[in-house]
Amino acid sequence: MSTLGTSGTGASASGATAVGASSTGTLSQAGSRTTSLGGFDANAPLLQVSDLNVHFPTEDGAVHAVRGVDYTLRSGEVLGIVGESGSGKSVTSLAVMGLLPGSARVTGSVRYRGQELLGQSDRSMSRVRGKGVSMIFQDPMTSLDPVYRVGYQIEETLRIHDKSLSSKAAQARAVELLELVGIPNAGERVRSYPHEFSGGMRQRVVIAIAMANQPEVIIADEPTTALDVTVQAQILEVLQTALQETGAAMVLITHDLGVVAGFADRVLVMYAGRPVEVGSVEDIYYEPRMPYTLGLLGSLPRLDSSTKERLTPILGAPPSLLNMPPGCPFAPRCPLHIAACDEAEPPLLQVGAGHQAACIRTAEVAKAHGHAADVFSVTGADADLIGVGQVADLTTTEESRETGAPGTPPGDQTEPGAGGTTGRTGSVVSPEPRPTNGDRA
Amino acid sequence: MTAPTTDRTADGADRRGEPILSVRGLEKHFPIKGGGLIKRTVGAVRAVDGVDLDLYPGEVLGLVGESGCGKSTTGRAILNLQPATAGSVVFQGREIVGLGRKEMRPLRRDIQLVFQDPYASLNPRLPVFDIVAEPLIIHGLTKDEKELRSRVRELVETVGLNPEHTNRYPAEFSGGQRQRIGIARALALQPKVLVLDEPVSALDVSIQAGVINLLEDLKDQLGLSYLFIAHDLSVVRHISDRVAVMYLGRIIEIAEQEELFTRPAHPYTQALLSAIPLPDPRRERARQRIIISGDVPSPANPPSGCRFRTRCQKFANVLSDGERELCMTVDPKLETRGTGHLNACHYAEATSVL
Ligand SMILES: Nc1ncnc2c1ncn2[C@@H]1O[C@H](COP(=O)(O)OP(=O)(O)OP(=O)(O)O)[C@@H](O)[C@H]1O
Ligand SMILES: Nc1ncnc2c1ncn2[C@@H]1O[C@H](COP(=O)(O)OP(=O)(O)OP(=O)(O)O)[C@@H](O)[C@H]1O
Ligand code: SF4
Ligand code: SF4
Ligand SMILES: [Mg+2]
Ligand SMILES: [Mg+2]
Repeated sequence: MSTLGTSGTGASASGATAVGASSTGTLSQAGSRTTSLGGFDANAPLLQVSDLNVHFPTEDGAVHAVRGVDYTLRSGEVLGIVGESGSGKSVTSLAVMGLLPGSARVTGSVRYRGQELLGQSDRSMSRVRGKGVSMIFQDPMTSLDPVYRVGYQIEETLRIHDKSLSSKAAQARAVELLELVGIPNAGERVRSYPHEFSGGMRQRVVIAIAMANQPEVIIADEPTTALDVTVQAQILEVLQTALQETGAAMVLITHDLGVVAGFADRVLVMYAGRPVEVGSVEDIYYEPRMPYTLGLLGSLPRLDSSTKERLTPILGAPPSLLNMPPGCPFAPRCPLHIAACDEAEPPLLQVGAGHQAACIRTAEVAKAHGHAADVFSVTGADADLIGVGQVADLTTTEESRETGAPGTPPGDQTEPGAGGTTGRTGSVVSPEPRPTNGDRA
Repeated sequence: MTAPTTDRTADGADRRGEPILSVRGLEKHFPIKGGGLIKRTVGAVRAVDGVDLDLYPGEVLGLVGESGCGKSTTGRAILNLQPATAGSVVFQGREIVGLGRKEMRPLRRDIQLVFQDPYASLNPRLPVFDIVAEPLIIHGLTKDEKELRSRVRELVETVGLNPEHTNRYPAEFSGGQRQRIGIARALALQPKVLVLDEPVSALDVSIQAGVINLLEDLKDQLGLSYLFIAHDLSVVRHISDRVAVMYLGRIIEIAEQEELFTRPAHPYTQALLSAIPLPDPRRERARQRIIISGDVPSPANPPSGCRFRTRCQKFANVLSDGERELCMTVDPKLETRGTGHLNACHYAEATSVL
């Protein structure tokens, strides 16, 4: 997979990415931690991202992957970030954590408790991360070191931030943490290696590490995407526990609009590297104001409805981030597009209390009250192939393409193109590949 | 009814007449080789372990289940791409288990497979025209170049692509467009049945919706039947007439779509439906969730009795010791048990969970 969330650039170096405020040795509320930075206003946002931009130099030119992201995260809240593959969700979070590769050009501002994080040296950055921002990736092995026992990895995380912690206390705490995240026989399982766990169990261990030092912010990038749905339900419960135990605020990145509906307080919708709509979870799902949000909701089949209402696809594909044309980036796919949309990229406009949308025709969108079929055509198809021009991310071997094609009489036992079985190890749950829209190559 | 092992009238399928595809007792086991110099077979992954299915003309049968439960293996064994270990697959009245490649060739025209990964299943070195034309050429279905061109043009238009662009290569298309190319190719031979293995799982939802709509239209226009394999139950509910749920190599419940989603009777189906988050904040937050414990056991070593018992919420929390005995010792067959549709649970009880 080519998502940054799974490759975790730079994050694996430290073994575990959770680096938090000093441990109190218990998991109950760390009531006094808001005083860790002198003079900080407790009502101010914990995390404030403004005008964040990320460019990646590539052979074809600079990819402008994140194009002016603004958000604030307040104490105790869950901010969901949704958007199509390649919209910049992972890059945004890695930029906040200071985990992008050195070649990336990052501008703007990321303030944690008022303190600027961008431009800090690696060392001071890891100290700042140590004040309580931790990260959970889609692939647990990004955060786990295969050669160490899981208990040891948790103890290390604890000791990095509390040198005075005795090894006995660290061990006890590791068991306690594993119990909290629902690992049976935690007292024995601390001695297991990551490969002895299933995918769901590993993600529990990662959550244990992420919450070990009572972080104030947990950034979770597709934490359940690789898991089966029954295991996802378990992990979402564990995440809920982690939030209750630590009192942390969370940025939850996912492409699953169901997960966000149940988990988030506020939602930020990304498109082509920018937020295009921000609002409370109810605003976004019931009264969206940006055509893209409306289109996303309309394209979802519903588990809880037997009326076979036709889905409303969004035609076309997101723009290449190499050379963005002027105007609204959603314009080529937007059914409400008018000439004025091409003049300038609409900024986020206030459309209600705490609700903003980057569109000049929000009044029209409002009339749909979340009913996408009022705005989007239900009969459209991608009849026009122009405007694609994307570089593919071709990850498979030549042979698999050849023999995998339907209609080709296949060799007796082989049929690699169907995927699904290669690389599966034991009971580890393997993710469905979610290729991106191609312009990341 | 003539179905040998199960009561087919039970799931309301009788009105469709004879099935076009009928699967009985299908097994596909993969040998596990031991270490050492001489690789002895030390066991078997029972990937598909006794599957019964019927697909009726013009219907969409959804096949769902979690990763590794055997959906793709079932699809491949049905198409005889991987020979079955045991069982029977009757397609249009003809047994295909045991047929060789040559004997399969005429049948392949009528039953085609569409793959999950639009990136992997198309030859990157061929332009779209050649990709779509290839099966027509292999099977000698067009008499001259002119007919070939017009047939390819027609196929490409059918799947909603611009025929002007067939000289381009797969890399120049987006994921959704590539999946359309794969579908055009599968349709080239005018099949009657498509086995679709996760055809939209790799696509973003906004793109996925267009491909789902296309598949629905094609089915109606061309009178196709689909075996639609997916792990996304929302997609499956949307497109399917009937749905079969798999667990550890077996079908554990099968019913009409509406029936399965509103009155699931097997504890696994109930847990699965309950686990899926709804993209509707108020409804999602008002739900009671059944959370089952643990992970799927290894298909090399399924539990005795009922295969779901190690994770079954009913087994763990509801049944008495006496009742549990049955779950541990007797493998439940697919029967109706008064629920109105086929299920494989001794204590099946239709319950709404959505
Ligand atoms: N190291 C890199 N070099 C060049 N481009 C990159 C790099 N990392 C990411 N990108 C590009 O940045 C864009 C945003 O990627 P990002 O991983 O943030 O997307 P995402 O929203 O997380 O998508 P997904 O849902 O697939 O995880 C993509 O177009 C990607 O190709
Ligand atoms: N060629 C093979 N050799 C050994 N084991 C195999 C082989 N193919 C599949 N299996 C095993 O058979 C089981 C079923 O695999 P299969 O791919 O059919 O599952 P699936 O339901 O399609 O899963 P997914 O949703 O992940 O695609 C798995 O345990 C898998 O590891
Ligand atoms: S600004 Fe115009 S093109 Fe962009 S989303 Fe709004 S209506 Fe559509
Ligand atoms: S047979 Fe027993 S263990 Fe199996 S699903 Fe039914 S109640 Fe659960
Ligand atoms: Mg990502
Ligand atoms: Mg599969």
